[in-house]
Amino acid sequence: MTASPPPMLEIVALEKRFGDNTVLRAIDLKVTKGELVFVIGPSGSGKSTMLRCCNRLEEPTGGAILVEGQPMLGIPQRMLDQMRLKVGMVFQGFNLYPHMSVQRNVMLAQMKALKRPRAEAARRALQELERVGLAHKAEAMPGSLSGGQQQRVAIARALALDPRVMLFDEPTSALDPELVGSVLQAMRELRERGMTMLVVSHEMAFARAAADRVVFMDGGVIVEQGTPDEIFGAPKSERLRAFLSRVQGEAA
Amino acid sequence: MGFGTIFFNPDVIAQYLPAILGALWVTVWLSVVITATGLVLGAALAALRTTGLRVLAWPVILFADLLRALPPLVLILILYFGLPSLGLTLPALAVLWIVLSLVLAAFAEEIFWAGITALPRGQWEAGAATGLGRPAVLAHIIFPQALRMGIPSLVNRALTISKTTALGSVIGVKEVVSVAGSAQSTSGSATPLTMAALAYLVILVPAMIASRRIERRFAYQP
Repeated sequence: MTASPPPMLEIVALEKRFGDNTVLRAIDLKVTKGELVFVIGPSGSGKSTMLRCCNRLEEPTGGAILVEGQPMLGIPQRMLDQMRLKVGMVFQGFNLYPHMSVQRNVMLAQMKALKRPRAEAARRALQELERVGLAHKAEAMPGSLSGGQQQRVAIARALALDPRVMLFDEPTSALDPELVGSVLQAMRELRERGMTMLVVSHEMAFARAAADRVVFMDGGVIVEQGTPDEIFGAPKSERLRAFLSRVQGEAA
Repeated sequence: MGFGTIFFNPDVIAQYLPAILGALWVTVWLSVVITATGLVLGAALAALRTTGLRVLAWPVILFADLLRALPPLVLILILYFGLPSLGLTLPALAVLWIVLSLVLAAFAEEIFWAGITALPRGQWEAGAATGLGRPAVLAHIIFPQALRMGIPSLVNRALTISKTTALGSVIGVKEVVSVAGSAQSTSGSATPLTMAALAYLVILVPAMIASRRIERRFAYQP
């Protein structure tokens, strides 16, 4: 047997309970380098919680999270801060810092967490903003940007830290429909550059077109996973069929 | 005697102007030092409270409630007249500085805390997700926003506490009211008290104008 490199992100027997309420049960998931894995499922299925466990914004109650083979759990805070640099996160609500210019938003963690010199951080921020088409907004305050622009700044902010994996938590759910495209475009370009991505989203058309693998969650477990063709074309479980007919019914 | 000679007697003004000006200076620097100490201490207490640790949060809450409930004059009298019985004698200036700084800190802590709790959780999460430790998130993300939200209330409190330095007159601090009060009793004229009132206007009107500027400067679109 040849030793293959560890997966970029590995979730092992993940469990999350809130009191008596188990929201995640025995979740196993591997995301290999350059892979785009899409997580779908009804609301309350635990998909966002699973994603938030990956960088410990939510504290798992059992199991393991490994990033490039290194554990995220059971490590001191200082090491967790270091590990979090490897895992970029994009939130549904953007979460830009409203009191800082767009460029400062992208510079902050570069300087304070990665300890990059200011000039280098500024240069890198402009470069990442350029990639998402927003270099001209560098001096603007986040409040003056559209939702789609804010989300692209948030993507630039995460990418400036050279993460190994990117987590997207419903990145387009808070956007007006006409602004969704620009964010999906930024994600598509990111994928073409070989970024490893785990995406929780309701953008089924995007999942079908861009995902390597689709994972269907319901009731805190992974019910089914496969290629987009398998999941959308030949769903095996009754629950997935029911879910797909619901969301496709909405789209029709 | 007419109104003018009672309240604006030129001879009395000429005689006591240097003393009042000296006292005005004492009031100004006392106010500045108290405001600085109180705001820094209030911010530090609010920061302690964000840890969510009961052993830290409860004493902070107790301190803030106590200091906001008690009249500052009572605390000043206790520290100035009570502590010497325990063998600890503090100069009047020190007592005034300590008490008023603590009172301002109590109010400032509550104002900062209100701002901190008003911020969405996502602000903490965005910082944590980008590898920033708790102190960095607090210093660069949470605190600047809480400060901006609190500026109108903080300015208001700072101006109030500056006027409260007048309580120093009770324990012999040579600030405006104290000096004007003794000038009034030696001269038998109310003019020094008018001068005291004007002295406060000289200090506080520019401070109010400056505070409006500060409020405008830090207003931003959230």
